[in-house]
Amino acid sequence: MLFIEQCLNGLQVGLLLFLLAAGLTLVFGIMDLVNLAHGSLYMVGAYFAATFTALTGCFLAGIALALGATLLVGMAVEVIAMRRLYGRDHLDHVLGTFGLILFFNELVRLVWGPAGKTLPLPSWLNRSIEILPGVPYSMYRLSIIVVALAVALGLYVVIMRTRFGMLVRAGASNREMVGALGINIRLLYTFVFGVGAALAGLAGMMQAAILTAQIGMGENFLILAFVVIIIGGIGSIRGAFVAALFVGFVDTVGRTFLPELLKLVLSATAASTAAPALSSMLIYLLMAAVLVVRPAGLFPAATR
Amino acid sequence: MKALLSPRNLAVAAIIVLLALVPVYTRGTGNPYLLSLFTRIVILAMAAVSLNLIMGFGGMVSFGHAAYIGIGGYTVGILAHEGMASGLVQWPLAIAVSALFALVIGAFSLRTRGVYFIMITLAFAQMVYYVGVGLERYGGDDGLTIYRRSQFGGLLNLADKTVFYYLCLALLLVTAYVVWRLVNSRFGLVIQGSRSNDRRMRAIGFPTFRYKLACFVIAGTICGLAGALLANHTEFISPAMMHWTRSGDLIIMAVLGGMGSVLGPVIGALALLLLEEALPGVTEYWQIILGPLLLAVVLFARGGLDGMLASLRHG
Repeated sequence: MLFIEQCLNGLQVGLLLFLLAAGLTLVFGIMDLVNLAHGSLYMVGAYFAATFTALTGCFLAGIALALGATLLVGMAVEVIAMRRLYGRDHLDHVLGTFGLILFFNELVRLVWGPAGKTLPLPSWLNRSIEILPGVPYSMYRLSIIVVALAVALGLYVVIMRTRFGMLVRAGASNREMVGALGINIRLLYTFVFGVGAALAGLAGMMQAAILTAQIGMGENFLILAFVVIIIGGIGSIRGAFVAALFVGFVDTVGRTFLPELLKLVLSATAASTAAPALSSMLIYLLMAAVLVVRPAGLFPAATR
Repeated sequence: MKALLSPRNLAVAAIIVLLALVPVYTRGTGNPYLLSLFTRIVILAMAAVSLNLIMGFGGMVSFGHAAYIGIGGYTVGILAHEGMASGLVQWPLAIAVSALFALVIGAFSLRTRGVYFIMITLAFAQMVYYVGVGLERYGGDDGLTIYRRSQFGGLLNLADKTVFYYLCLALLLVTAYVVWRLVNSRFGLVIQGSRSNDRRMRAIGFPTFRYKLACFVIAGTICGLAGALLANHTEFISPAMMHWTRSGDLIIMAVLGGMGSVLGPVIGALALLLLEEALPGVTEYWQIILGPLLLAVVLFARGGLDGMLASLRHG
C-alpha cells in the first residue's frame, strides 16, 4: 500500500519537476541560455497564486490570474535582461542570472515580507479519494498529476503539430534563417521565455499548496531541474519528461525506503540522518553516471 | 619602467600594501571585526585565484569549486574532533584529500564540455555537500565547532589573530605567484591553447586531457588549503561552507575582478565582500542592488574591474 502511494508521490514530484524543466530546456535548447533565475519565476508564481487566491477568494481564479501574471513577468525579464545575454558565453549567463536570483529573492522579501505565504486549498481538493479499494490518496496530489500530464500532452501537441511549434523548432536549429524568412524571432523568443516562466510558475503554485510559498523555494528544486535536463539531453522535451519522472521517482522512493534499508546496517538515528542525504546524493550519482556514459544526455537534441 | 607604473600595476601594488597594513590599522583602532573580515577576504580570494586558474586560463567553468573548501575544512574539523590537533598532520592531509577528490571529480567531469561540464561539477559538489549533511557524527546539517585551531608547536601560534592573518596573506601571495608561474610556463600555454581550440591542440600532439586534469587537480588542491584556512578562521565547519551559492560567489569574484589576470580574483573578492559589508548599511534590502549590479558587470564590463584598470592606460 505504502509502495503504491510512494510511487504516485514520485510521479507527482517528477511531473512538477517536468513543468520546471520543460521551460528550462526550451530556453536552453532554443536560445542557448543557461537560466539560473528560472527558480525565481517558480517562486514568483507561487506568491502570485497565494495573493490572487486571497484577493478573489477563488482558488481557480487565483491560479489563472497568477499564471497570466507570471507569463508577463517572464516576458518582462526577457525584454529587460535576458535578451542581452543571448549569444554570450555560458559563464556570463550563470553570473547574470545568479544576480537575478538575488534580485528576485530580495524583491519578494520587500513586497511580501520575510514570512512565507500559504495557499489554502478549496474543500473539493482538500480530501482524499480511494484510487484502489483500500488505498486512499490525496485528491490534490492526484489533480497535480492530471494537470501536469495534460500540460505535457499539450506541450507536445503545440511543439510538434502547430505552426507556432514549427517556428520554435526552426528557431532552435537556425535562428538567422528563420529571421531571414520574415519571422519576428525576437518576439518569438520573448513569448517562448514567457511560456517557460508560466510553466515554472504553475509548478511553483501547485507546490505552494502542499508546502508554502517561501523565499528561495525555487533554488534547490531548480538544481534538480537542471539535473533533469542534463540527464534528458539539453533541448529535448521528451528527454526532460523521461528524466523528470525518473528523478522524481528515485528521490521519493529513495527517501521513503532508504531509512528502512539503512536501519539494517546502522543505528536508527544514524540511519534517519544519513538516508535523506544518501537519497539526495543518489540523484547526482545518477546524473554523473549518465554523463560519463553519454556525455550529451539520454536524448540529445539533433541540432546541438 | 613606464609599463611597470601602469595604473593597473600601481593598483595591484596598492592593494597588496593595504592588505599588509590591515593588522596595523586594526591594532591602532582596536577594531577586531575588521581583521576578521579581511582574513575572510584573503582566504576566499585564495580560493577564487585557484578557481580562476581553471576557469579563466583553462576555460573549465567549475560550478562546484566550493566543494574543495568543504573538503579541506572538513578534513581539519574531523581531525580536530578526533583529537588530532597538529597542523602538521591536518594541513597536508587536507591538501591530499582535496587533491584526491579533484582527481576523481576531474577525471569524470572533463569527459564533458560546455554547459554539461558546468552542471556535472555542480552535481559532484552537491554530492559532497550531502555527504556533509549526512555525517551525523560530525554534526550533520548543524555543523561542528572546532575548539582548537591547528597546532604548529612553537612554530606558529594560530590563536593569535594577527599571525593567522599574515599566514593567510602569505599563502595568498604564494598561491598567486605559483599560478602566475604556471600560467606562463609551457604547461600553462598548453592549457590556454586548449581553451581556445582543444581539437587543434590535440591534433598537434598534446594529450590535453592529462594537462587539463593536472590543472584541475592543482586548482582543487589550492582551494582545499583555503578550506583548511577557513575552518581555522571560523573555528566551525558545516555543509553551508560548500553550499552551491558559495561556488557561485567564487565565480562572481573571478569574473568581477577579471579572469584575464592572476590577481583579478583578489580584486573581485575584495570588491564583492566589501560590497556585502557596505550595502546593508545603505538599505536592508541590499541584494536588490547587488543583483542588478552583477548583471550590469556581465553586460557592460567585459574584463571585470581588472580589465577596467588595464584599459585606463590606453584611454
